[in-house]
Amino acid sequence: MSQERLVSEETIAGQAIPGLRPKRTTWQHLGNFFRGKPLGAFGAIVATLLVVFAVFAPIIAPADPMLTRSDFVRMSPSADAWFGGDSLGRDVYTRVVYGARISLYVGILSSFFGVGIGLVLGVVSVHFAGLTDLFLQRIVDAMMSFPALILAIAIMAALGSSVNNVVIALSIIYIPSTVRILRSQALAIKEMDYILAAQAVGAGNWRIMFRHMVPNLTAVLIVIFTFHLGGAIIAEASLSFLGVGSPPDVPTWGGMLREGANQIRIQPFMWLFPGAAIAIVVFAWNLLGDSLRDVLDPRLRGSGNP
Amino acid sequence: MQAYLAKRVVLFVPTLILVTAFVFLILRVVPGDPAVMLLQGADADEEYTLEELNAMRAKLGTDRPMYIQYGDWIWKMLRMDFGRSYFYDNPVSEQVVKRFPITLELTVLATLLASVVAVPLGVVSAIRQDTLGDYAARLITIAGIALPNFWVAIMLIFLLVMWFNWLPPLGYANLWEKPAINLQQLIFPAIALGFSNMAFIARVTRSAMLEVFREDYIRTARSKGLGEGAVIYRHALKNALLPVVTVSGYEFGRLIGGTVIIEVIFSVPGVGRLLIDSIFHRDFPMIQAIVMIIAVMVLVLNMLLDMFYAWLNPRIRYT
Repeated sequence: MSQERLVSEETIAGQAIPGLRPKRTTWQHLGNFFRGKPLGAFGAIVATLLVVFAVFAPIIAPADPMLTRSDFVRMSPSADAWFGGDSLGRDVYTRVVYGARISLYVGILSSFFGVGIGLVLGVVSVHFAGLTDLFLQRIVDAMMSFPALILAIAIMAALGSSVNNVVIALSIIYIPSTVRILRSQALAIKEMDYILAAQAVGAGNWRIMFRHMVPNLTAVLIVIFTFHLGGAIIAEASLSFLGVGSPPDVPTWGGMLREGANQIRIQPFMWLFPGAAIAIVVFAWNLLGDSLRDVLDPRLRGSGNP
Repeated sequence: MQAYLAKRVVLFVPTLILVTAFVFLILRVVPGDPAVMLLQGADADEEYTLEELNAMRAKLGTDRPMYIQYGDWIWKMLRMDFGRSYFYDNPVSEQVVKRFPITLELTVLATLLASVVAVPLGVVSAIRQDTLGDYAARLITIAGIALPNFWVAIMLIFLLVMWFNWLPPLGYANLWEKPAINLQQLIFPAIALGFSNMAFIARVTRSAMLEVFREDYIRTARSKGLGEGAVIYRHALKNALLPVVTVSGYEFGRLIGGTVIIEVIFSVPGVGRLLIDSIFHRDFPMIQAIVMIIAVMVLVLNMLLDMFYAWLNPRIRYT
């Protein structure tokens, strides 16, 4: 046949061409990750399940999470109500499934905004250096003097309880640590020759920061985002547990735990279901985060990120 | 060393000012006028006249410009005057002084328990690296770091109720008057609070020990014929513990954040419980004071730890 046939993809993949790494598809990358990091793979599967539960909650749990049924009041687990009923007669199973929605909604949005704002501040701080850096870093210092949960509680006290206010509060508490980590990484990037080259060809501030620095921070960003998402799920549960997060009728795992803890002498097993949901998700998320960090950016190991 | 100390102290001042500004601003973006809220009462249905409103604003000082309120607030705080509580209607400092020792006792007890368990756990985990014991220890520490402390606390209560049908006595007994009851009340909150701290310290101890084991002086100690026990305790542990102590110091902030939850679950009348109650009472001077005190404590502690660490480790001073 024709000449081109000889250099088909199989030939290239089959022979090791010097200086070229074998091209891998996304699936092969994923396969390697699953083989090399079985615990991380377990985390990834649970994370995917969480997304599925959140998105398809109305199909997985067809009942209404707010519906109160007198025959469900303080019911033990049964065929009708798999996880039993709470003190108001709401189906615990349905509320646990819907709780995944709030957890994921708050987790994704607050880590997105927290990491996004932190990224801009971190890169600006490094690029402009000097007084800008000094000023921004003092703000970061000040924000970091508040224990994260205390700051979130104070913000919730001012804003009042609602799901979106939880997103605002948690976004704010994730800004300073993001700035700190990204700043140290960006400082190293700033010294690279390609930044110098970009400056030499006359690239503007904006272009250097967002076309040259930010893309090189992608690996760190993914790792930080994953850790913050896991942290935000706990923080949301903590705030709802304290009664200062989402309003009590919203089905959240933290809110259900609060009720379960109050009723522990009457209905000792009710807290176990939302409790198990939190434990599994948080555990899996940590395993996923650890493995992602090892694969994407081993330098971050031991940086004290929870 | 002097240059480093000077730099550290100079940086402390603007940070402290920014912290006060944050606390002031956070609670000034509150939707609604505190004077209106007070006059309307708990159910927000009581009526009031314009004169009463103006009088209340003047009494609270909210009729003045923002920067004067801020300056006044700072000036009063410098003299330990944190204002009057809206809810208890007595000076904020009175409540805080009553509640703070309880929280401190809880955090100290939690740290003690955590260290007593964590250091041996970390050491054993490092000595027996990659054995079954090491894996077990690492599993416990991963659990401690991953599981939220309210989860650990409820599990603890659940087990107490299930196995012993017993719960710690309610209320609060003073440590010096009734030490036995006080300990019964605080030991379980301290375990729940210290669990994650324990996991953290154990992890740091393990990695510090593993690092020290690779040092030349450990090889020297072994080659001169010292027994393994002496090598571990006299040479390795002594050097490994320095970073452990300082790093655990920085964890204080997280610990005090955690007390809020633990105090609510176990009904410990500490400052964290007071903070949450004050949010439900919309008692803003109280919230402001508590958040402020905690932030300043963390700030000062971190500065002292930085200095301590620089004094121990000269390499820090020159970076």
